[in-house]
Amino acid sequence: MAETRPTDLPQFENHAAQRQAETTCYMCACRCGIRVTLEDDGEGEKIRFIQGNPDHPVNRGVLCAKGNAGIMKQMSPAKLQQPLRRKPGSERGAGEFEPISWDEALDELTARLKHIRQTDPNQLAFFTGRDQMQALTGFWASQFGTLNWAAHGGFCSVNMAAAGLYTTGQSFWEFGDPDWDNAKYFMMWGVAEDHASNPIKIGLDKFKRNGGKFVAVNPVRTGYQAIADEWLPIRPGTDGLLAMSMIHVLLANDRFDWDFLVRYSNATQLVVQTPGEAGDGLLLRGEDDAPLVWSLREEGFAPWYDVDCQPALFGEYTAPDGRPLKTVMTLLAERYLADEYSPAVAAKECGIDAETIERLALEMAHVAFEEEIVIDTPWVDWAGREHDNFIGRPVAMHAMRGVSAHSNGFQACRAIHFLQMLLGAIDCPGSHLAKPPFPRHLPPPIKPANSAAPDTPLSGPPLGFPTAPEDLAINADGSPKRIDKAYSWEAPLANHGLMHMTIRNAVAGDPYSIDTLILFMANMAWNSTMNTAETRDMLRAKNEDGSYKLPFLVVADAFHSEMVSFADLVLPDTTYLERHDTISILDRPISEPHAVCDSIRQPVIEPDRDVRPWQEVLIELGARLGFPALVDGSGQPKFDGYCDFITRWEKAPGIGFLAGWRGEEGESSIVGAPNPNQWERYKENGCFFEYSLPPQQRYYRFANRDYLEFSKRAGFNAHSGPIVMELYSETLQKFRLAGQGLYDGPMPTREEDKQRLTTYFDPLPFHYMPLSDQRMAEQGIDREQYPFHAVNQRPMFMYHSWDSQNAWLRQINAQNYLYMNRQRGREMGLKDLSWVWVESHNGRIRVQLKLMEGCNPDTVWTWNAIGKQAGAWGLSKDAPEAKRGFLMNHLIPELLPPDAGQAEITNSDPITGQAAWYDLRVRIYAADDAPGEAAQSSAPEFAELPPLPGASPSPDALGYKTHDAVNLERPIADVLGKGATGEKK
Amino acid sequence: MKLGLVIDLDTCVGCQACAVACKQWNTSGTTGALPDYDPYGAEPSGLWFNRVRHYEVGDFPANRTVNFPMSCMHCEDAACVDVCPTGASYKRAEDGIVLIDQDKCMGCNYCSWACPYGARELDRHSGTMKKCTLCVDRIYDTALPEAERQPACVLTCPTHARHFGDFDDPQSAVSQLVAQRRGEGLMEDLGYAPVNRYLPPRKSAQVASAARSEGGSLLDRLKGWMGRQNRSATSPSASQTASQPASESGETEA
Repeated sequence: MAETRPTDLPQFENHAAQRQAETTCYMCACRCGIRVTLEDDGEGEKIRFIQGNPDHPVNRGVLCAKGNAGIMKQMSPAKLQQPLRRKPGSERGAGEFEPISWDEALDELTARLKHIRQTDPNQLAFFTGRDQMQALTGFWASQFGTLNWAAHGGFCSVNMAAAGLYTTGQSFWEFGDPDWDNAKYFMMWGVAEDHASNPIKIGLDKFKRNGGKFVAVNPVRTGYQAIADEWLPIRPGTDGLLAMSMIHVLLANDRFDWDFLVRYSNATQLVVQTPGEAGDGLLLRGEDDAPLVWSLREEGFAPWYDVDCQPALFGEYTAPDGRPLKTVMTLLAERYLADEYSPAVAAKECGIDAETIERLALEMAHVAFEEEIVIDTPWVDWAGREHDNFIGRPVAMHAMRGVSAHSNGFQACRAIHFLQMLLGAIDCPGSHLAKPPFPRHLPPPIKPANSAAPDTPLSGPPLGFPTAPEDLAINADGSPKRIDKAYSWEAPLANHGLMHMTIRNAVAGDPYSIDTLILFMANMAWNSTMNTAETRDMLRAKNEDGSYKLPFLVVADAFHSEMVSFADLVLPDTTYLERHDTISILDRPISEPHAVCDSIRQPVIEPDRDVRPWQEVLIELGARLGFPALVDGSGQPKFDGYCDFITRWEKAPGIGFLAGWRGEEGESSIVGAPNPNQWERYKENGCFFEYSLPPQQRYYRFANRDYLEFSKRAGFNAHSGPIVMELYSETLQKFRLAGQGLYDGPMPTREEDKQRLTTYFDPLPFHYMPLSDQRMAEQGIDREQYPFHAVNQRPMFMYHSWDSQNAWLRQINAQNYLYMNRQRGREMGLKDLSWVWVESHNGRIRVQLKLMEGCNPDTVWTWNAIGKQAGAWGLSKDAPEAKRGFLMNHLIPELLPPDAGQAEITNSDPITGQAAWYDLRVRIYAADDAPGEAAQSSAPEFAELPPLPGASPSPDALGYKTHDAVNLERPIADVLGKGATGEKK
Repeated sequence: MKLGLVIDLDTCVGCQACAVACKQWNTSGTTGALPDYDPYGAEPSGLWFNRVRHYEVGDFPANRTVNFPMSCMHCEDAACVDVCPTGASYKRAEDGIVLIDQDKCMGCNYCSWACPYGARELDRHSGTMKKCTLCVDRIYDTALPEAERQPACVLTCPTHARHFGDFDDPQSAVSQLVAQRRGEGLMEDLGYAPVNRYLPPRKSAQVASAARSEGGSLLDRLKGWMGRQNRSATSPSASQTASQPASESGETEA
């Protein structure tokens, strides 16, 4: 600030005792760069300050509340201290353990896993939570040879990822960003704050300063909605209908980007119209198997890639063999011009009035087409056409879990992408921009592995992108091969797996039983599961002989979570400040729209307990188990631990986990030979790598020749052909044909599967009532019996948290309430802060109510994952998190409401298997009207967990500091001049 | 100099980053530690110099949500200084920062009663009053890069809703912001003289709507599109024979 010190100030900081080290935050999906100042007070280093790294591409120096609370994460009394084994004779879940050595722990685990791998590798299921090393854990599972691996995406937001990757080749999540510098209109759909938190905040500030209009579609006005120019308090689960109604308005008013659709999507391709016959709904293809279009120039058929043929966007034609055809765009217009998607009809369901729906669609059309922006950079498209500039349609969008976590979420997410496409607002200036390695071809050409064999790695990764029923992981009789039933008829496009079904399926032996479940950073005994109370019972369920139905449970975590108490073996991880790590382009990279980026973590403090980084443990276990990628011909480890593995392992020649400073001298970017000094080069550069794209490669990358060629060289895409966006999904139609019994390949035999495929695998998005509502309606349960939608979100200071024991953050909020619209509460006679029962068809919970204005009247909501079990996380038995906080999860079944004669089917999206936890409907009534019942606490309540061996008791008070304060004394002259008390002027 | 903060209520999303950054810096700062009482127990609380409040304004559906960070306003005529019986509380002549000399404070709490902003808190461990120092131990520290000689709350704010500077200098960024955005002090109408300024939310952005189409029925609309040429003139064509671009399928990743 000031050039000179105005007075003689004391030396506040002893900089000589301090040092700084960069690393990467690890508390949410942002992965901000941080600079940690450490200070040695003579008794070892302590953290003085954690700040945002000003040079870092993700956060440019800013940091959120969580990142700023890293000291208290490091100081947590809940840190695991040493490997633990469930005390012999004690019950699982009681939380009684005995310490064991790492050697013992790994010997025991190796023996068990070796037997599984030699006999039936699928007997091991390995699921991870919000970890950021899925490229490594997926590699490990693949080398082990089990199909049963996934992370928590199926519980979080797979609908959004899948819809994007099957529609535009990019997605929201942190796989893209609004073009904050150029956007003039920004629409944010649903709960979306946590992907990605700081970049969106930085962007919203830029956007608002530029005078753009921010529209928030969300049943609740908190968070970013607070600063929106317009707030639409939508009814949960109707976002897709709103988007489709806006598409109706664009079509009805002839306001859509004709050229964009012709050039970059499959809108002109021809669809066979022979309902009830094999081949119905598939694309007409030419001799080289390429889809055909109708050439207005030739008055005949032409391959789609004949860019000069003047393809018809609309029209009905007849194939040479006589079959009727329609262009994709014709089908699209017929669908959305129908009255059911008119604003007047949609308004009744969405709770947004028709005039508003129409106005907002036309506002976006105005900005897209009347306020287009032009960036004067010449570029060349894939067909060799030269363009003088990039045309921008400055309408940007962002959406995440709020739209995604419904059983109609996949189609709703696709509908949002349709809006973008009709506006021509994808990867152009001012719109939503992909981050490398996106965009990718539709879908990315990775098929899920679908067979496992003893002592054999899988042929590919366990997760991938099916394009036809042949790609499913099913047995000859149609039964699922995976424990979570991903890639079965019940969830064919389950790109992230169904972590939320794993425990239920394994305990029910449906489709089979397993021997061992390894969970990493996944709190499935608490907030990372549906139906929490019953799931805890399942974890304890025994066979008649007294053995557990889920025989062996391994938990790897850094903290004493609720899940730890159910472990048979606990493997303690380090904190994020104590480890090496990679944030890899092979995983979920930290790229910026105009730069390829990745980063690392480096240990900035030494662990003070007997813990090991989980990635080191995985590499060691893999070598012990003889994974071909990790041992040489004589069975000896190929790599000296994790860092050496990262340096030398190559996925393909020249491509490894880290993209920066490859080549023996560090001379290559992205592709190059392993560099023995790669880690050092990252550390010298603030622990991140950033490769900026040249200006001509920054937009229209789905069709940008230079970028596509670069993306092939970089290994992001398998070829450099154009990425054609799919309005019409032939992939979905193939599954629908299988449901209709018309497919030339695998077809389901179960009635429910046939019906689900036929109904929901519509190649064009449509709106339908959430599946649980439909089931209840079939059972005669009127929607009005459960009149409220119940949803949840995270507060900004606990985004994506897998802990809330942080001593500073819990002072901001240690108890969640159930929030309800104030007027609605008054009408029901419910008072602020009163206790109420919240009841779903799955059970009831007792919670404390708060009334507010900013809430859709038919919706209640809460902050998720603040409720905790007493004793976990170092919390006392009377902690508000345990006494008065609560989880909504108890109310959400993992299965659809059962009915006699109906199959047990997951409460998930029928296409992707995304957990439908926002579909919850509840009724609410006062809890203090029962005589003698004086509610002061939430229900259900859980017993306090005992402390773990070696854990120190949580402190009664803290006064954290790295040095004694240097007081700034009031100058004596000031005292003499003004007296002891300040003298008024 | 008249140092203080400008806080932009148009972009404050209430994320608490400033509050925690303040806590983090100052717990080892010139008046540290900032204690935490019962940190893992029934009533977790502690000393904070900066707290973010959330308010709702107006009734549904015309309601707004306002996030409101509050810390010491470094008043020109500070009531807390006036009432201090020991002379511990003072306003620095050089830059206007209001501070508490920890060696002179006896923790009597008079100042916290006098302060209308709730900015002063008692440290139960040290028995002294503590408050925002404007990070006096950062802003003049020449060992820090110049861009980082700012209060921790300003440095960290993800929406850049916080600004620090000299209100005596009409050319300073804070003075300019206040002039452009009509920044206001809190409770000036009650006779207080805060230095810190709040920028009110901007007027909601207005966007024109595209003209509604004068068309016939939707069926007519569809018929009109059928077989129509591309809307724009044909793009300059590359004179090349159409050939299928690189394989769309068949290749899979290793």
